[in-house]
Amino acid sequence: MSTPHLLLGLLATGTMHGYELKRAHDTRLPQARPLAFGQVYATLGRLLRDGLVASTGPERLAGPDRTAYTLTEQGRATLDQWLSSVEPPMPYVNSPLFAKVVVALLVADVDRARAYLVAQRRAHTERLRELTALKTAPSVTVDDIVAADYAIAHLDADLRWLHTTLDRVADWHREVHP
Amino acid sequence: MTQLQARGLVKSYGPTPALRGITLDIDEGEIVAVTGPSGCGKSTLLHCLAGILRPDAGEVSWRGHRLDTWSEAARSRLRRTDFGVLFQFGQLVPELTAAENVALPLLLAGTGRRAARTAALTWLERLSVAECADVRPGEMSGGQQQRCATARALVTEPRVLFADEPTGALDTLAGEQVLTQLVRLAREHRTSVVLVTHEPRIAAYADREVVLRDGVIDHTGLGLDAPLAGGSR
Repeated sequence: MSTPHLLLGLLATGTMHGYELKRAHDTRLPQARPLAFGQVYATLGRLLRDGLVASTGPERLAGPDRTAYTLTEQGRATLDQWLSSVEPPMPYVNSPLFAKVVVALLVADVDRARAYLVAQRRAHTERLRELTALKTAPSVTVDDIVAADYAIAHLDADLRWLHTTLDRVADWHREVHP
Repeated sequence: MTQLQARGLVKSYGPTPALRGITLDIDEGEIVAVTGPSGCGKSTLLHCLAGILRPDAGEVSWRGHRLDTWSEAARSRLRRTDFGVLFQFGQLVPELTAAENVALPLLLAGTGRRAARTAALTWLERLSVAECADVRPGEMSGGQQQRCATARALVTEPRVLFADEPTGALDTLAGEQVLTQLVRLAREHRTSVVLVTHEPRIAAYADREVVLRDGVIDHTGLGLDAPLAGGSR
């Protein structure tokens, strides 16, 4: 994920302090990998250096953050360019899940690969249930639902692959160890 | 508390075995997903538990009473009172409006016409399809029809709802809306649900998942693993 572009996008909604940016990030992207304050300020520093954002108010040296950040014309153009570019749809098949099954088959046997698939299936199912509970809770926001939907769709796809692969493990093993 | 019990259920269609010894308990208010690949026996299990099919061997007990020994008429009565059934599609009577469809099980159980309509309207409202009350199925979307069918399955306030791929004919969003409401209402009324599905994301709405494979339970929930089949492409 591109944190600089994400921060530019959040700043496109209005001028914000670093703290407000961090809060806006957590609200709009629930379930995302946690974004540390340090990372927000480090990224803002780079955006400032590159002229993509401008600061207003005193520089933050110590104590409370009084610096507000605003998107520049150049920043808006960079954001537009990012939004217009299509993400390559899965250019490589390199998920840790896939890699682990391949390695298990190479270095161990069918049972080991199968045991891993079963354990992973259980973990996936548990996470799927957690996210389903989250998105059906009475106090849920659309931000939560959209984030949960994304994760659920991917877990669901992984689970389908796991089921199919469970059936193919023995054939696959014969191919790997002829 | 266990409401519904299956012990060693066996069922075949001619020479083809569908269930090969299923033992399962379903508690009050529990939502159980029955999953597994096509042909694993999940629909047959649901039909046996609901008393629609009689097993060849084994027992089905409802609150301690042997359901599988009851007459068809007695089992049919149970499906009008304590059991509700919901299928993938084709359940609504096309000539009747939504309210008339939903009121039907109550009328069959002897409820007066006015009270049945009032209850039907309440359940259509609970499933967010009150606007369809006087509309016939042919004029509704698939999602609206399935919500009406859900209202009809729940209008008698059954103790167990048997749902066989209830969202299978709907797109993702419509299916999710139906299921969310079904699960919420089941929890509010402490109705047990047996939910047959082949989709992991649908099974995730349940408290527990029972996976079938070739007519036997593959493994239950998150803890108990049975030997895995494999080796076929």
